[in-house]
Amino acid sequence: MPVDFSLCLTAAFLLLSPVGAVISNRRAGSPILYTASLLFSAALAGNALAFLISGGEPSTDVLPLGIPWMGAHFREDALSAVFIVVINLGAAGASFYALGYGRHEQEPRRVIPFYPAFLAAMNLVVLADDAFSFLLSWEFMSLSSWALVMAHHRAPANVRAGFVYLVMASFGTLALLLAFGLLAGPDGNYAFDAIRGSGRAAAHSWLVLLLILLGAGSKAGIVPLHVWLPLAHPAAPSHVSALMSGVMTKVAIYGFIRIIFDLVGAPEWWQGMAVLVLGGITAVIGVLYALMEHDLKRLLAYHTIENIGIIFIGLGLALAFRSNGMPAAAALSLTAALFHVFNHSLFKSLLFFGSGAVLNSTGARDMEQLGGLIHRMPQTAVAFLVGCVAISALPPLNGFASEWMTFQAILLSPSLPQWGLKLSVPATGALLALSAALAAACFVKAFGVTFLGRPRTARAAAAIETDIFSRLTMFIWAGLCVLFGVLPALAIDAIGPAVLGLLGARLAPQLPISWYLLVPISENRSSYDGLLVFLFIALSALFTAIAVHWLGSRAIRRSAIWDCGFPDPSPLAQYTAGSFAQPIRRVFGTLVFHAHEQVVIPAPGDVAPARFHVTLQDPAWDGIYAPLASAVSFAAGRLNVLQFLTIRRYLTLVFVTLVALLVVLAIWT
Amino acid sequence: MPDLAFDVAHLLAGSLVLVSLMLLYQDRLPALINVFALHAILLAASVAWQALVQDAPVLFVTAAIALGFKGIIIPGALRRIIVRLGIHREIEPVVGIGPTMLAGMALVALSMVVMLRATPAASPFAREDLAFALSVLLLGLLMMVSRRNAVGQVIGFMSLENGLILAATGAKGMPLVVEISVAFSILIAFIVIGIFLFRIRERFDTVDLQALDRARGDQR
Amino acid sequence: MDLILAFATQGVQMLLVAAAAPLFTGAVRKIKSRLMRRVGPPVLQPYRDLARLMRKEAVAAANASWLFRATPYLVFAATWVAAALVPTFATGLAFSWTADLIAIIALLGSARFFLALAGIDIGTSFGGIGSSREMLIASLAEPAMMMIIFVLALIAGSTQLSNIAGFMASSAVGLRVSLGLALIALIMVAIAENARIPIDNPATHLELTMVHEAMVLEYSGRHLSLIELSASLKLLLYVSLIACVFTPWGLAPADSGPIAWLTGIAAWLLKLLVAAFALALFETSIAKMRVFRVPEFLGAALMLGLLGALLRFVSAGF
Repeated sequence: MPVDFSLCLTAAFLLLSPVGAVISNRRAGSPILYTASLLFSAALAGNALAFLISGGEPSTDVLPLGIPWMGAHFREDALSAVFIVVINLGAAGASFYALGYGRHEQEPRRVIPFYPAFLAAMNLVVLADDAFSFLLSWEFMSLSSWALVMAHHRAPANVRAGFVYLVMASFGTLALLLAFGLLAGPDGNYAFDAIRGSGRAAAHSWLVLLLILLGAGSKAGIVPLHVWLPLAHPAAPSHVSALMSGVMTKVAIYGFIRIIFDLVGAPEWWQGMAVLVLGGITAVIGVLYALMEHDLKRLLAYHTIENIGIIFIGLGLALAFRSNGMPAAAALSLTAALFHVFNHSLFKSLLFFGSGAVLNSTGARDMEQLGGLIHRMPQTAVAFLVGCVAISALPPLNGFASEWMTFQAILLSPSLPQWGLKLSVPATGALLALSAALAAACFVKAFGVTFLGRPRTARAAAAIETDIFSRLTMFIWAGLCVLFGVLPALAIDAIGPAVLGLLGARLAPQLPISWYLLVPISENRSSYDGLLVFLFIALSALFTAIAVHWLGSRAIRRSAIWDCGFPDPSPLAQYTAGSFAQPIRRVFGTLVFHAHEQVVIPAPGDVAPARFHVTLQDPAWDGIYAPLASAVSFAAGRLNVLQFLTIRRYLTLVFVTLVALLVVLAIWT
Repeated sequence: MPDLAFDVAHLLAGSLVLVSLMLLYQDRLPALINVFALHAILLAASVAWQALVQDAPVLFVTAAIALGFKGIIIPGALRRIIVRLGIHREIEPVVGIGPTMLAGMALVALSMVVMLRATPAASPFAREDLAFALSVLLLGLLMMVSRRNAVGQVIGFMSLENGLILAATGAKGMPLVVEISVAFSILIAFIVIGIFLFRIRERFDTVDLQALDRARGDQR
Repeated sequence: MDLILAFATQGVQMLLVAAAAPLFTGAVRKIKSRLMRRVGPPVLQPYRDLARLMRKEAVAAANASWLFRATPYLVFAATWVAAALVPTFATGLAFSWTADLIAIIALLGSARFFLALAGIDIGTSFGGIGSSREMLIASLAEPAMMMIIFVLALIAGSTQLSNIAGFMASSAVGLRVSLGLALIALIMVAIAENARIPIDNPATHLELTMVHEAMVLEYSGRHLSLIELSASLKLLLYVSLIACVFTPWGLAPADSGPIAWLTGIAAWLLKLLVAAFALALFETSIAKMRVFRVPEFLGAALMLGLLGALLRFVSAGF
């Protein structure tokens, strides 16, 4: 059965972990481990894919682990299978990439043992079929990824990242724990099957939704719970960053879908609206953060927040449509969200691979120190460019296909009866469009400043192309981005069974439609054909090039930069990332970040340089976390006394607590 | 016969609570140890009666353990300890005897209320039994809290354990394994605390726990 | 056979838009000059310019990458495909279902993405300023465009341009306030997207407020000619878009013959003439605005779109 196969391979990952600890110091240690990880994850992904395509029945398994009277339940259904594919495809890519990239790791002992454990944990979360195994795997995933974030622990920034991550992860698990407590009720039957049948969720639906949003949302990176994400994801080695950003956030999405769509069921319309609006805000704030950021890996991490927002827009729409008994529209929204999950895992991994290659060959993550890498690292540049186009939701690549489907779902909203939804859905659509356009601006900045122009530092000028494994991985992933942009029906049809299982409806199979057209509802309403758009563009570009070269001139002369007659020889006079983002900072930044620009121009005759200084405030950090931290610090100062009591006083505390609880019980029952 | 069974069990459990209150009342160590021995013997009797009534011979083992360890060996050992430590002074309750007794009565009332309200479905026999057990437990805890002397705390702890065993035997069909493990845990706890007492004595020349706080260097 | 015919009609449409685009630009320039009491260049001047540029050798900076050289072809191809998918003289062309309005707008976004990258490629400050502002304007225009699409989809129940045009031509529409608002918003977006006055001035290229022209400053020869042609095509696309959605009269229906097509072409050319006159009149009567007033301009377009959707909800009586 698929679930047994998956569990065996997950166990193999777990066994690989101590093996990794033993061989990590050997020179062959890292290739052996990454090769094994590659094989295991490829097998897992292949198995899940076969399950999806064959449309098999869900399989379950109970292992005598965990809570004694219950055991550990595992189940692989279509939804799990979709996410197993996402996880292990990303894992296979990261492992293959790490065959080259991992050789540059200074402290492999801090990476190799935790890497397979992290992969195992993510698979276990998706396979778990009772609350106990789910939470245990979830926490295991948090801790193993935390260990990887702390791999380069000598940098003070990474230590802070690790601390914030740990706090947020524990907080998220706590929220999930409470949510499961509410769902399972006092009988304590934590198997998902029992929760599904109990119908307890309806009583506390708003509380459950809040707790799941806190728990899964903090792992996924919903604003304002995102603060750890741009710190932690870039701190890890790049292949792990790719996994954390591209895959682990998806596991959080899985948690949300599993609990809200599967276990809770029957949503209220305002739940859909809450998730939707939250998604829209997350998307825009995430991309605005990214625009203000000049560190390549952090920029990518902020973009993860944006894409999580887009996915949550889809999920919110699905909830809203479902609550109004519109299964077809709900299926479209959920398919769009799941497709975007898949797409984001592809292009975000690709972009992190690229940023790892840049980091490796230049030692710089700050874009202001790069530039001109398209000449030094041409192949990395091509792959990175494909990723940039895909994440900017531009046709004909895959990011556009899934955002287009989300737009189609948004355009179905007028048939919703509630006024709140009628108004908030189009507004969210505008936010989605804004975030897509800002993402394009941001990736013009990211690619333009990093790869184009002239090198800004000697390091950038001396960069060399990265190793063969990294390049190969990036090209395969770029190819996948193109493939699923041109033939989105491949992924959409594979997602179908998962949507059917959750909502009782799915999109009609898209592959049989002629010309691989994508028709979400009906051909009268809307359609999009990635293949034809791609072919048309390719053919007309080719035709134009041939015609122009044949009819016109084909000569090209290289000369000095013109720049309207005022070229400045210094590469420092180029547009920088900061100056590129300046108009957007002025338009949106003053509102969101209280951006403040200060120009100091010395008096005439003074030879001091003019200074330009920008201050930005992080609204989430300053508005929520800083007050919270100072409150905690204050409370800790007050409660410090408790650390120095006598044994008898400690006993008294225990005693008083016990008596107080009994009194509560006596009064309340 | 069932009436008699109920009455005797009730009587024994009630006396156990009474002896717990007596424990609170004692302010001399030898007397405290004697009362604790009585506590354990009553427990043994109660468990034995349960064994008879429930027709569960395994419970006799529990009763024997209670009688042997807690009624004879541990009190004997404690007596030897206080002789070797030379503790002949009065123990000093932190709050006065009167308030402690009042608090004890309140706890008994509380546990009655809680248990009777929390378990309406159970048989009256089990309910009463559980209520008494909870009282014993809370009184043991109160004893640990109100005594400054380590020996007093050890006895409080063990009377608390007695309450647990009372509860366990009142519920039908508790496996023997659990009881044995409970008994052994108490024994181990006793050994550890015994060694601990000697260590304190060796180092600080007193078994007063407040001496420990001074040693931590953070007592104001 | 059907397939060949389908490709043929689509090919006719592609050639038609590519051929008509410089003509429209020339017409706008001519009318503008006349309105300013100048003689102005001939209407066919853009063709001559393009041909001249095509024949010249291209000059590229020493550090220009392959991206710089490939971008004109990519930009032109994407714009051309997008323009060919907007109904000009007939609805329901064989490949009109390839992309709906959202995809057409996104195709223009792809073109802009590469053009902005090419602006940065040489590493000059003019290129940077152009790219940066172009992306700002795009990011402001896109939400407004989305709201317009929302209103249109709300009324016509489709985002497929052929279907929208078909619905608008039917008598079921009538006069609607929300449509009027959407029209104004679409015109505002079109002005911003095409770098026309008051957002940008296509006639200048040496002042600090320039956007589009700064971005393509380093281009010359055939590359520049392709970029100019793409700009003309984009303008034509927007005009055709407005024409087919708001004035669908004369459009040949889906399964009509060559005669309907000819009348469709005539009607389309007439609409283009009207549009050129209106655009020229508007551009001569208004001054260019500061770059940082653009957000207000496009914010107003967004508000109009939202208002249109709202009014549509109210009037539909939900």
